[in-house]
Amino acid sequence: MSTLPMRAAALGYAVDGVTLLHDLSFELQAGGPTVLLGSNGAGKSLTLRLCHGLLAPTSGTIEWRAETPGTQAMVFQRPVMLRRSTVANVEYVLGVRGLPKTRARDVLDRVGLAPLAHRAARALSVGEQQRLALARAWALEPEVLFLDEPAASLDPAASHAVEEIIRAMDGAGTKIVMATHDLSQARRLAGEVLFLHAGRLLESGPADAFFAEPRTEEARAFLRGELTW
Amino acid sequence: MQTTLEAFAAAGRLVVSFDAELREIVGRSLAVSVSAVALAAAVGLPFGAWLAVARFRGRRAAVALLDALIGVPPVVVGLFVYLLFTSYGPLGSWGWLHSVKAMVVAQVLVVFPMVATFTRQAVEALWDEYADQLRSLGVTPRQAIPTLLYDARPQLVTILLAGFGRAIGEVGAVFIVGGNIAHATRVMTTAIALETSKGDLELALGLGLVLIAIAIVVHLAAHLLRRRERAA
Repeated sequence: MSTLPMRAAALGYAVDGVTLLHDLSFELQAGGPTVLLGSNGAGKSLTLRLCHGLLAPTSGTIEWRAETPGTQAMVFQRPVMLRRSTVANVEYVLGVRGLPKTRARDVLDRVGLAPLAHRAARALSVGEQQRLALARAWALEPEVLFLDEPAASLDPAASHAVEEIIRAMDGAGTKIVMATHDLSQARRLAGEVLFLHAGRLLESGPADAFFAEPRTEEARAFLRGELTW
Repeated sequence: MQTTLEAFAAAGRLVVSFDAELREIVGRSLAVSVSAVALAAAVGLPFGAWLAVARFRGRRAAVALLDALIGVPPVVVGLFVYLLFTSYGPLGSWGWLHSVKAMVVAQVLVVFPMVATFTRQAVEALWDEYADQLRSLGVTPRQAIPTLLYDARPQLVTILLAGFGRAIGEVGAVFIVGGNIAHATRVMTTAIALETSKGDLELALGLGLVLIAIAIVVHLAAHLLRRRERAA
């Protein structure tokens, strides 16, 4: 049974009395990429972490259709590289999930890192490290992949490579849920947009409609590039 | 009457000729300290790593206590172990006082707080970086311990080298619990103390040279490891 859809109902998160997320309700359905769009501090990362289960909401609920362990993966803004070789990084996550380690080679090939398989992962460039982080996630063949600004600190070429991998994973049937503040990246990848502003979900719906006719003033300002916080 | 210069020359000859008595004492020293560091590592590495990832009431106190124990002078540790193994002590019936075993116990206690504390610091730094990724994979903090120890291995080797340096150069604890008995519990540091007080500088200096050589080798090894780590 598929783990999707996921339903978030009246999701809230507060730290020390400061509410960072207010009352978010939305659904993640199987299908094209869902992009969480918004400025820095809008609550995108927090929402991803709550969905992935790294944090527990202080109010509201998250419900998956089936809570099957091992069906999700997450890639972070700053890739976490284990102090091992490139291929050992992939083999490690396969080992944790009890999957055959022979997959590692194949997946490194798919992200173009096969020639660097035996290089120390921490000696890779930032772009290569992010590709390795994606390869590690891909090796697990997750049903849902959460990505937190995966290309935020990358140059255009590395960013393009990362987008290609995300597109390929989407094509292979993984549900992509990605946070970004990069408008052009969102336009290229999004099937559906969740627009967050100041800890609130202001708009959600098909990407085409959102970009063509944003309903809120905040979204219009964001699309004009005027929303700087 | 021996001059200092002659003593140095004689000491040099002792080392170069690999004198039997010198060899025996050096061998025992190495055996005691290597065993002590190995035992301290066997417990201290996992314990330090566990302290780094565990969250429980009193953790901060445990961390502070372990940290403070580093500062306990070895001679006091020796006194404590002496009281443990002396004939009227709780473990007196074991007959370990003035044995190599008691010396190993004393050095384990001297080295353990240092190994455990520095391991905790190294693993804590790594856990800060890894926690989200490992939790995302479904790895619990306890399951993460082997991963963290493996990935912190360059720092851990440096820590163990430092522990060995402290053990091999330590005199107070092994003197008290070992008793500096010839052909039984005499090690480099206690022999140096005895021979010097007897006025026999030759063996003392010879052992001193060996200790200096060991210290240099250990520090060089630690230095090279750090450089290799930085390069990677």
